Amino acid sequence: MPQDHDERDHHEHGSELSEMQLRVRALETVLAEKGYVDPAALDAMIEAFETRIGPHIGARVVARAWTDPAFKRDLIEDATRAVQPLGLINRVGDHLIAVENTATLHNMIVCTLCSCYPWDVLGLPPVWYKSAPYRSRAVNDPRGVLADFGVTLPADTQIRVWDSTAETRFIVLPMRPAGTDGWGEERLATLVTRDSMIGTGLPKRPDEVA
Amino acid sequence: MDGVHDMGGMHGFGKVEPEANETVFHAAWEARCLALNRAMGAAGAWTIDEGRAGIEELPPAVYLAASYYGKWALRLENMLVKLGFAGADEIAAGHALRPGKPLAHKFGTADVPRTLARGSFGRPASAPARFGVGERVRAKNIHPRTHTRLPRYVRGRAGVIEAVRGCHVFPDATAVGAGENPQWLYTVVFDGRELWGEATDPLLKVSVEAFEPYLEAA
Repeated sequence: MPQDHDERDHHEHGSELSEMQLRVRALETVLAEKGYVDPAALDAMIEAFETRIGPHIGARVVARAWTDPAFKRDLIEDATRAVQPLGLINRVGDHLIAVENTATLHNMIVCTLCSCYPWDVLGLPPVWYKSAPYRSRAVNDPRGVLADFGVTLPADTQIRVWDSTAETRFIVLPMRPAGTDGWGEERLATLVTRDSMIGTGLPKRPDEVA
Repeated sequence: MDGVHDMGGMHGFGKVEPEANETVFHAAWEARCLALNRAMGAAGAWTIDEGRAGIEELPPAVYLAASYYGKWALRLENMLVKLGFAGADEIAAGHALRPGKPLAHKFGTADVPRTLARGSFGRPASAPARFGVGERVRAKNIHPRTHTRLPRYVRGRAGVIEAVRGCHVFPDATAVGAGENPQWLYTVVFDGRELWGEATDPLLKVSVEAFEPYLEAA
């Protein structure tokens, strides 16, 4: 149904702009006038999500795990506790869980009920993560979803889908790409994509960042 | 609530369409909408699960047609009116027409850092966990009309306890204003074929995070 698709894209990318802009402005004015919210605090929150909190944080966590076996052990055991001392962000939320990909196991994260996502280490979720196609299909056709991302895994790879139905949050620890021997943490972090930490993608190969 | 938000396993929504170089927000109003919703939550106007229920209660056709932040805006309007923080007349006028109902805490710049990480939902346990790692359990065949975090696609299906995550605030209770009523939380893993039948990839496994009241011994 290509027509439906066009309409949805249209909706999600701005046709509501003028109407929504007015509605949300009205809400903000009412709430500020009633003394519930300080608009400057809203500015600060938005600024953090636009500039400071994003997948670069998760990428540093993954790169550290690739280079430091003790850190990786801690990360798998209790990701919230392990990530905290890295000082990458103010505070990591509780109940962060890192799940490790191996040669025989590929993990994928979804929230079928809404949009739960590890915001503090990956930033706000992309539109596709919150969309009906992803939420409906990830749990029964993850290989089909991976194909939508151009990713094909061997038929004998076990796929494990984690549905984020509580306040636990998941981040995938992807496999370290071949050909990166001797690379330091910062250089390795350039290979770690957001999608590889959700499980809908793989890290970049070294020749993709040369 | 057996609503359209419970999408796991549904057909017909088409392909996933990743957007190249996606920006954090697609319009300035989306950012303001996100911030207003989170601010009112952080100010104590409603809990995270009352907020989720507010989205799930949108009429199905509205839920499916509205954009993500469009749903957040509708939820915000509905919750403000329902809980008496603002009148529909005020929202229509775009100005406060009356003083606000008291709110415990005004959302200011000092509150921003705690909205950038998840809240803490772990609570002390009042009883030992009923299930242990490796135990077989079945998700109950329940259909509450109010908010729940047990997705339809696992109800009635048998799986295995893979991890015990501690005792957590129970969304089904907080969503209806019945307090935190903490419950043990488990990762329960299901074989793909148990959920979707014999035609499914035999290697697929799917897990949900399930609260103890959702489970029975299998």
